Amino acid sequence: MSITIHDLRRRESSYLPGSAACPGCGATIAFRIASRILGPNTVYVVPACCFSIIQSTYPRSAISAPILNFAFAAAAAAASGVQRAYKFLGKDVNVVVWAGDGGTVDIGIQALSGAAERGENIMYICYDNEAYMNTGIQRSGATPMKAITKTTPTGKQEMPKDMPMIVAAHRVPYVATASVGYPFDLANKLEKARKIKGFKYIHIFSPCPPGWDFPVEKTAEVGKLAVDTYFWPLYEIVEGKLRVTVKPRKKPLKEFIRMQRRFDSLKDEEIEEMEKLVMEKWNFLLHLEKSERVF
Amino acid sequence: MVEGDWDIITGNHAAALAAKLARVNVVAAYPITPQTTVVEYLASFIESGYMSAEYIRVESEHSAMAAAIGAAAAGARTFTATSSQGLLYMAEVLHWAAGSRTPVGMAVINRSVGPPWNIHVDHQDSMSQRDTGWLQMYVSSNQEVLDTIIMMYKVSEHPDVMLPFMVCLDAFVLSHTFMPVKIPKQEEVDEFLPPYRPRHWALDPSDPMSFGNLTFPDDEYQEMRWSIDLSMRRALDIMEDVAEEFSEKFGRYHGGAIMKYGMSDADYVILTSATLASEAEVAVDIMRDEGIRIGLLKLRSFRPFPHRDLRENLQGKKGVIVVDRSISFSSGGPIGTEVRSSLYDITGSPPVINYITGLGGRDITYKDIIAMSKDAIGRISTGRLRRPYYWYKLKPEYQRVELTEEVMS
Repeated sequence: MSITIHDLRRRESSYLPGSAACPGCGATIAFRIASRILGPNTVYVVPACCFSIIQSTYPRSAISAPILNFAFAAAAAAASGVQRAYKFLGKDVNVVVWAGDGGTVDIGIQALSGAAERGENIMYICYDNEAYMNTGIQRSGATPMKAITKTTPTGKQEMPKDMPMIVAAHRVPYVATASVGYPFDLANKLEKARKIKGFKYIHIFSPCPPGWDFPVEKTAEVGKLAVDTYFWPLYEIVEGKLRVTVKPRKKPLKEFIRMQRRFDSLKDEEIEEMEKLVMEKWNFLLHLEKSERVF
Repeated sequence: MVEGDWDIITGNHAAALAAKLARVNVVAAYPITPQTTVVEYLASFIESGYMSAEYIRVESEHSAMAAAIGAAAAGARTFTATSSQGLLYMAEVLHWAAGSRTPVGMAVINRSVGPPWNIHVDHQDSMSQRDTGWLQMYVSSNQEVLDTIIMMYKVSEHPDVMLPFMVCLDAFVLSHTFMPVKIPKQEEVDEFLPPYRPRHWALDPSDPMSFGNLTFPDDEYQEMRWSIDLSMRRALDIMEDVAEEFSEKFGRYHGGAIMKYGMSDADYVILTSATLASEAEVAVDIMRDEGIRIGLLKLRSFRPFPHRDLRENLQGKKGVIVVDRSISFSSGGPIGTEVRSSLYDITGSPPVINYITGLGGRDITYKDIIAMSKDAIGRISTGRLRRPYYWYKLKPEYQRVELTEEVMS
């Protein structure tokens, strides 16, 4: 039974009017979908990230669920504590980390790795806008190569970390990539993960209009093109078994790249080079799909 | 070990037993020498079924404290323990615990801070965390370790306090030394310490509340900090009430924020904390036999700082000898500077002679306390009060350099 638009409509989102998000924010699209699927019996642990601001300021909140805002490096550890307390007290509550890419792939990776290794019964969701956006667009370990940020003014020189695979290497029961450009793929992954006991990880590609420099009305389009150009493949790994969940007809990477001014330094021939890397990754995933277990 | 009976146990064993007797729900801890046996005892208690709790075997102290805060926020009584580098690694989240008003409990086995590596006692680790909003208690015996942890849950969960606490015990001198300890019965502790029920806020989907979101200068940020300060001040009386209630129930009184020894007719007062205070008791007895009217004021609570107790007990004395086991570089001992500041504006403010000693586990016995006391009394009677603090028991070649500095200044 997959989630349909009617299901999404019927379910209530925890995202209220009056947030402090930028226009066209991809992360809020992700949250709206996620909170509909996760339902009201959910507690969110939020490390320092855009959502520290988006949720709005004291004493108001644009999110109708309980939130424990937490120090940057330790969201997964704090969520472990929350979940274990509920377990001890006999309460059944979804405990979800809602974190940006900085709090996930960089400063928060230790706590995340610890919680994954311990098999904590929590869901960790990374909304990935591919840089430190809350502090005003600085590179992170998730920033793609050649992207311009304020700390890589001529374009980042390194490849990003493959965080979903790093988490999958902990042999957790569920890992998935998703994009706000494919909302039903995202919704179905959340629905599947919600029912699994143990550590679940979902990494959501969340386009950022001010950070990536594209028009605010293009968020969904950028999110979709990332998948359609194979820049951000959508897959899930259930108990070690990988499946590519969306296999679109390939579009040229250039279409995705040229929509965003953060890649302005890229020459056409460099895009061709990147196209090769993208295809390598795609073919690798197809190869992994044939294996019994990835990890 | 039988509850309700005497046993001979280490300070670390006493700390773990206290967590069990306090019916801690969630333990999150990471091992570090000399705290390690605390987490080992807790693991064996829980896995053998002697203690009922969730045990989160975290990957770092930062995560230990984060998990403890998360668990407390969800309504659980929580416990952790650490030392030295581990406590410093927690520093960020120590502030978070107090700011969240989560009454997390922690045993700190005081160990010196590197480099160079040294696993032995001094108080630099916890003293450097004095402004985190944690209640800080220093204890002198293994019985006091056990009793104080149980008492402090009652203090820190009091609706007027709601702040985390650390009970600090000296590395090896208490942590690994066997002493007779009366183990209370679980039922007695249950009567004294009811289960934790968060009164102000908790993470609860049926009553959603956002905790810790952004404030601006005109919001209540400053008032929240004021309320931590107010709660900390109120904790002083609550601490005393809880100590008296404990004494009535269990027949043991270790003091509230302070403990007095031979103070009633004392001209001079030794003011120190932790196991140095035990040594100081012996020193007081010996000096009194010699005809010196000296007493001891043991500082149990460094945070909250008992200004009123100090002012009442030290006004008009001929001198106060403060022995610190840590150093605020170029300023003096953390206790010494605060005692002087507390007494500065009262009439009859006594001279305060502050000694820094016992760092990195250098052994300080009653003989050293006597030597410092006599040095101080000599300085006071001859007016040689040149410096705000003095180093004691440096190796001779270093002491010579220090003395030269003293003459020059």
